[in-house]
Amino acid sequence: MLQYFLRRLFALIPVLFLISLFVFLFVHALPGDPARVLAGDNATLEEVEIVRRTLNLDAPLHEQYFDFISNIVQGDLGVSLRTREPVTTMIGRAFMPTVWLALCALGWSVLFGLLSGVISAVKRGSVGDHVGMFAAVSGISMPPFWLGLLLMQFFSVQLGWFGTSGFDAPADLVLPSLTLGAGVAAIMARFTRSAVIEVIREDYIRTARAKGLTEKLVIWKHALRNALIPVVTMAGLQFGFLLGGSIVIERVFRWPGMGSLLLDAISFRDYAVVQAEILIFSLEFLLINLLVDLLYAVINPKIRYS
Amino acid sequence: MTQQTDIVIDAAPATGEAAASPFKEFWGRFSKRKVAVAAGIFLLLMYVIAFLAPVILPFGPNSFDYMNTLQTPSALHWAGTDEFGRDIFARLMNGAKLSMFIGFTSVSVGAVVGILAGLFAGYYGGWLDACTMRISDVLFAFPGILLAIGIVAILGPGLTNVIIAVAIFSVPAFARIVRSGTLAHKESTYVEAARAAGASNMIIMFRHILPGVLGAVIVYFTMRIGTSILTATSLSFLGLGVEPSTAEWGAMLSTGRDYMMAGEWHLTLFPGIAIFITVLSFNILGDGLHDALDPKLDRE
Repeated sequence: MLQYFLRRLFALIPVLFLISLFVFLFVHALPGDPARVLAGDNATLEEVEIVRRTLNLDAPLHEQYFDFISNIVQGDLGVSLRTREPVTTMIGRAFMPTVWLALCALGWSVLFGLLSGVISAVKRGSVGDHVGMFAAVSGISMPPFWLGLLLMQFFSVQLGWFGTSGFDAPADLVLPSLTLGAGVAAIMARFTRSAVIEVIREDYIRTARAKGLTEKLVIWKHALRNALIPVVTMAGLQFGFLLGGSIVIERVFRWPGMGSLLLDAISFRDYAVVQAEILIFSLEFLLINLLVDLLYAVINPKIRYS
Repeated sequence: MTQQTDIVIDAAPATGEAAASPFKEFWGRFSKRKVAVAAGIFLLLMYVIAFLAPVILPFGPNSFDYMNTLQTPSALHWAGTDEFGRDIFARLMNGAKLSMFIGFTSVSVGAVVGILAGLFAGYYGGWLDACTMRISDVLFAFPGILLAIGIVAILGPGLTNVIIAVAIFSVPAFARIVRSGTLAHKESTYVEAARAAGASNMIIMFRHILPGVLGAVIVYFTMRIGTSILTATSLSFLGLGVEPSTAEWGAMLSTGRDYMMAGEWHLTLFPGIAIFITVLSFNILGDGLHDALDPKLDRE
């Protein structure tokens, strides 16, 4: 197990290197002179030079990259060009609202996806199965920002049950998390259905039935327990996508999270924040994937030998 | 299945016909999937109407009519009018052409690059494979929409940049599909036979291995068009895609949301339905193609 863990950890190193290079080159990929872009359109020549020197943009590229990495390791993500606030502070403020949103979305989508997936698998070929799977394809195909607008129009504007924007109370999580989780619930339902169908063909399920166990016990205790292995993996992987997917939803509900921060930073050309956000988003995505892989190896010993 | 095979074998000498071609076999299986066929026909019809729209409809997508702003659906304006009195249905049809163009072009570019990368990586292996897969891991390390936003943040908004962003975001998945297919095929007997007959690496890759992996590529291509349309409309909704005044579904939703709170529901309802039905149709079509290309499913 330790060997597998170390192998996975080492495999991460080149990916981390390439990501850091990509994020580092982000500022250099900006069209025109990056110092001029970062200083703003109205900056004087002196101000542009100050930005160039402050950000070490006049040093050779490899030196700049080394500085960039050592600053990140020390937890220094730079200063916002718009608010002059440390980027770490801004991200610290926006991080938890996004995590709460993603966790809530994951919670309800796993619960709903699991239930409807199992029911569809057990009643395979029935009208309920067809309706459930059509709903799942619809969930995947639904533009999330449109679903958000529809929910807001109905529950907030017409019924007045929830607020239309911001995160002031736990109830504010309901509509954004429902919107964010719809696609994942659909994926989970489809995935659970095929995992359960796969498992109920196995010999040990036939044995359980032959022993005279009730169908409920066979499905919920024996079949689901094994089907859960790939389903848990899928749920973990989806969490990373939820964090990324929250960017659009946060704009719809004016959620004070990482997505809103990123979009504001892009519109104000606050590249220090954009750079830091892309780095954090990809790092958390990578770490979640690693954790899920390790969890999978713990649950399923076969994977360690491959 | 056995019965069908018998009939074909019995019939062959009498009629002089050869065994059914792979395409005929595929079509036979695909045509049984009525919902997928319906989705395909719907998409075809929508695009035919969209291309004929300038001839059929009395309004253009950018015909302003300040006397008839924010009209609800009527016999004259099937989906109502927007804040400038422009006919929403005409704009939806223009949006259909645009979304198809974005979806098809970006996925095609992504597919060509991904197929080449996956084919060479899988066939030659070694450092080429390691490099290709690490780059693909990096691209996979960014949630799709974040990658697209990052690219547009560098290149700036606009139709071409959206296509580039969505294309880059499609490359790694195609590369992985083709690589794993290539790895499976390159050790097969028919490839060994071709090699023994003196075929060059290029001939083996493009004439012998590629056709074997194209089935999976076609399925993914179809589904990817739906995802790409969703990503492109998301970018436009966020103000990072096409010009806000363009008759594009995401941009229409973005401007329509300001009027939604005032009760002008039709400005957001119809563009949303258009995106939803189009993406749904591509996904159902992709599912149908997947099932039709997997003969195991027929035997179940």
